[in-house]
Amino acid sequence: MNSLKKRDIYVSFSVLAIMLVLPLFIGQSRYLLSVLMNCAGLSVIALGVWLIFSIGRGYIGQAGFALIGGYTTGILLTRYNLSYWVVLPLSALSAAFFGALIGSFILKLRGIYFSMLTISLTEAIRLAFLNGGSFTQGSKGITGLPQPFSGDSPLPMYYLGLALLAFALLLIWRVHYSRVGRIFRAMRLNEDLAESFGTDVWRYRVMAFAIACGLGGLGGSYFTVFIQSVYPQSFTVEHSIYYMLYCFLGGLEYVSGAIVGAFVLTILFELLREFQQYQTLIYGVLMISVILLLPNGLMALGSSKSEGSKKALPPIGGADTTPGKADAKPMIGRSS
Amino acid sequence: MLQVLINGALLGAVYALIALGLTMVFSIMRVVNFAHGQMYMLGGFVVYYLYGQYGLPFYLALPAAGIVLGLIGVAFNRFFFQPVLATSTREENSMLMAVGTALLLENLALTLFGEKQRGVPEVVEGIFIWGDVAEGGVVLTYSNMLVMGVAVLAIVALLGFVQYTRPGRALRAVAQDKEAACLQGVDVKTTTTLGFAIGAALAGIAGGLLVTIYGVNAGVGSNISTKAFIMVMIGGAGVTKGAILGGLLLGFAEAIGYDIFPGSVTYLIIFVAMIIFLLFKPNGMFGKPWG
Repeated sequence: MNSLKKRDIYVSFSVLAIMLVLPLFIGQSRYLLSVLMNCAGLSVIALGVWLIFSIGRGYIGQAGFALIGGYTTGILLTRYNLSYWVVLPLSALSAAFFGALIGSFILKLRGIYFSMLTISLTEAIRLAFLNGGSFTQGSKGITGLPQPFSGDSPLPMYYLGLALLAFALLLIWRVHYSRVGRIFRAMRLNEDLAESFGTDVWRYRVMAFAIACGLGGLGGSYFTVFIQSVYPQSFTVEHSIYYMLYCFLGGLEYVSGAIVGAFVLTILFELLREFQQYQTLIYGVLMISVILLLPNGLMALGSSKSEGSKKALPPIGGADTTPGKADAKPMIGRSS
Repeated sequence: MLQVLINGALLGAVYALIALGLTMVFSIMRVVNFAHGQMYMLGGFVVYYLYGQYGLPFYLALPAAGIVLGLIGVAFNRFFFQPVLATSTREENSMLMAVGTALLLENLALTLFGEKQRGVPEVVEGIFIWGDVAEGGVVLTYSNMLVMGVAVLAIVALLGFVQYTRPGRALRAVAQDKEAACLQGVDVKTTTTLGFAIGAALAGIAGGLLVTIYGVNAGVGSNISTKAFIMVMIGGAGVTKGAILGGLLLGFAEAIGYDIFPGSVTYLIIFVAMIIFLLFKPNGMFGKPWG
């Protein structure tokens, strides 16, 4: 086990453990719990984005699939009166299905074309729901959704969020630290080379995309029952961009990077609330500072691996390839 | 129908200006400037304040928008992009910085200017009417005519600058091959800064032009950026003629679409059409396969 993985394990476990016991101390504060639920839901969605980054694509379309998950939840709950425990997995599956369908076409695009296209895709999905007629109820959205838990306590919703987070983390962990994960890394380093070694690149790409979109749908479904409504504006391009930022600012080399990014940025935003109208401005300035000072993410803080040696040749293949500095693969600007 | 086509040409000319700015930055730095839409928005606000509020003549306010944004571009390049490009281990990080600056500009604008939609008085009074409007005649305000004229002029000036001047040639050389340009004695750092400044200035001028028609608000940025991405993807990233073609195509598609379909269906169709187009031409009309 290398130091990267160790750090990843420590951070992941700490976050989950703290989340588990925290209600003992703040259980009465609805506000604090809702901030943490926000963090958990955002982490689930961002983990999907992280997976797409791990195959070497800059993915900015996750909000679209969160919206698909959200609308699946809304429509199934209001129109078919299904139990939420059936609706939740169905929402993830429908997002994963559309992800696989769309992904099997668009994943052949690379670099900035893929990034720009996925931004457009977010907007296209939003517009599709906006113009969905009586099926999606247009800009009115779907409101008044039943809560999955009876009673007044926010704790069941909180633990549902934690459970989803643990599930998403476990899933991405299993994928990343396994043979498939190594294939994904090989694809990021050089897709053509991976293909020439007999990897069915197309299949793995679509698989990664389906998992990512499924997590987007899962998170979208959670937020939809959390606020008991879903609108075309619930998940927009701006959200997509934030999900990407969480991954970046947390650290792309670590699975827990997406979680750290989501938690730190969301909590930071809440802490800045007392500055009122300057809240967003200070937030923006702090974010730029982090990018300037820690270009490789918060998780790289204090890690000796975060510095320099940009030119080092990546060891390709090989068991347990350090996904650190070694595979400093330019995604944008590789002239092939 | 003629009216629709004229609207399309008007939009297309300004859109081409926007796309040219984005493609310029990309070709020089290989950075997709996510803040392009926000720079457009700031250009709109410069003209709004100088021309609309303080009563400066439009022919001064518009260049001022270009200059202010150009300076912002220089500062961004110097303080944000160069350090990140120099220290990060992944080149995706330049994308991160671009997104960060976009959010910063938007938050800054929201704090300074608020969320209100702002408009400016007409630049020139009067309307040009050709034929009978009820039977397919054409209405064109002199103001809109001016916008179209200035946009075309700016595009021609830029193309001339890039084609026939020394700094222009340096820009093309750096876009083609940074190392080779460096070996030939081109000052790559200055040229890169110049390219970023021109890209930002073009966004500012486009914003300053369209504020006279649509007005401006602090939240318009990501919408404009998305449109700019569409144009650049259609034409091919980093290609001048691609940007112009993409801009014109989107302008006409938008004008015709709004004429036929209700509301937001137009853009839904544009997005779907673009995705299908890219399946067959993944690098746009003239683009090269970047990474």
